[in-house]
Amino acid sequence: MPVVMDADRIGRTLTRIAHEIVERNKGVEALALVGVRTRGVHIARRLARTLKEITGDDVPTGALDITLYRDDLMRHTVGPQPLVRSTEIPFSIDNRKILLVDDVLYTGRTVRAALDALIDFGRPASIQLIVLVDRGHRELPVKADYVGKNLPTQLEESVQVRLQETDGEDEVVLREGGAA
Amino acid sequence: MSAPATAITALRSRHLLGIAGMTPEEITLVLDTATAMKEIGSRTVKKVPALRGKTVVNLFFEPSTRTRTSFEIAEKRLSADTLNVAIGTSSVVKGETLVDTALNIEAMQPDMIVLRHSSSGTCHLLSRICKSAIINAGDGTHEHPTQALLDAFTIRERKPTLAGLKVAIVGDLLHSRVLRSNILLLTTMGADVWVCGPPTLIPADIRRFGVTATSRIDEAVEGADVVMMLRIQLERMEGAYFPSLREYFNVFGMTEARLRLAKPDVLIMHPGPMNRGVEIASEVADGPYSVILDQVANGVAVRMAVLYLLAGGADHEETT
Repeated sequence: MPVVMDADRIGRTLTRIAHEIVERNKGVEALALVGVRTRGVHIARRLARTLKEITGDDVPTGALDITLYRDDLMRHTVGPQPLVRSTEIPFSIDNRKILLVDDVLYTGRTVRAALDALIDFGRPASIQLIVLVDRGHRELPVKADYVGKNLPTQLEESVQVRLQETDGEDEVVLREGGAA
Repeated sequence: MSAPATAITALRSRHLLGIAGMTPEEITLVLDTATAMKEIGSRTVKKVPALRGKTVVNLFFEPSTRTRTSFEIAEKRLSADTLNVAIGTSSVVKGETLVDTALNIEAMQPDMIVLRHSSSGTCHLLSRICKSAIINAGDGTHEHPTQALLDAFTIRERKPTLAGLKVAIVGDLLHSRVLRSNILLLTTMGADVWVCGPPTLIPADIRRFGVTATSRIDEAVEGADVVMMLRIQLERMEGAYFPSLREYFNVFGMTEARLRLAKPDVLIMHPGPMNRGVEIASEVADGPYSVILDQVANGVAVRMAVLYLLAGGADHEETT
């Protein structure tokens, strides 16, 4: 069960991404971070803190739950449903440059759902995608704008991002087989 | 193994026939899901695609404004296709039986039926003969589960937990399906439930449900965290249960003076429709402790949660 990113590496990576954000957007004017629940939200909050340290400015940060936009809902007539959690976007996304944040980019289906959900909140000026790990195997034409680490994987492997806020420690682990 | 990336959960029954049989975990699942659903109502675009392509029939054999409207809004916010069948315009007036009406609707392959009927047990009956998921929107004097769920949701928004709260339910205990569902839910969640009404309107075996029954309203209201008023259901009363509405108000009506016996942060609730000046004084209904309109608002979120949880199942796989 190899650890592919440890706490230091994750910290340095997020700092680097924060600098890339400032560079590419020439500051943080009109930016807002929206994290995909659950771990994308924690990563978004960490980026907001780093952006504040770099620029002195607050970047509004929200949380998006994409469950009700998933493309695999209601595929069976009965059975368990994914748990719905609250979406909290306490600002208007109209004309903002939205930085969408998730932990792992895999099939691209979560991002598709997140884009649909975001558009229901308004008309952003643009949406840029930030992921901590890109593990490949896309099923939809989705590409990240900021990638923490490109991690070539086998389909049967799973990538687990563990964060202090939810899991008590920071690390990215590659597992053989089993659901992530 | 750590927890899966997406927690998946389900209610054990594919119908919502009543609160009876629901576990505290299932009730909590509905309330937690409703918390997430409530946010959708505050958006500019109040709609999510979750129930796209699902057909929901609202089959109401009894008049209802609040519940039917609430279900219909909930269905539409989840993108379901909805159809309202009201008694006045249906074949029931031509003599068709409930079962035949249901089977004919079933033949058009809806996914869910929301049923209100004046006879207790009709939802259980239809759940045995229909393939659709049945949601009880009130059956006779039996149960009204979504009302109890939205009441619990409204309490939970303002109190840390339901467990240990003193909840006084006052009014027509004999004819109330809201009462039965609320007793079942609140006792399951560990609340201390008191019921109060005229002796003629207290069912003989009510204590079997684990509640304290009294006809002294001051005793019921004293120290209460929540006071729920029930409507005097004149349309269901066949005899004279009390001398007059005016006397009922004097003895059991909720007034500001009576309310002072309750906790300072008491919540006043009423499932509607209210009879002002009969079970509740206007200054209480419109007063600072009243959460009656919050109940109505929360009804949509709770019904969205129920519809979502019963509408079907997802693939259980990682979709990052």
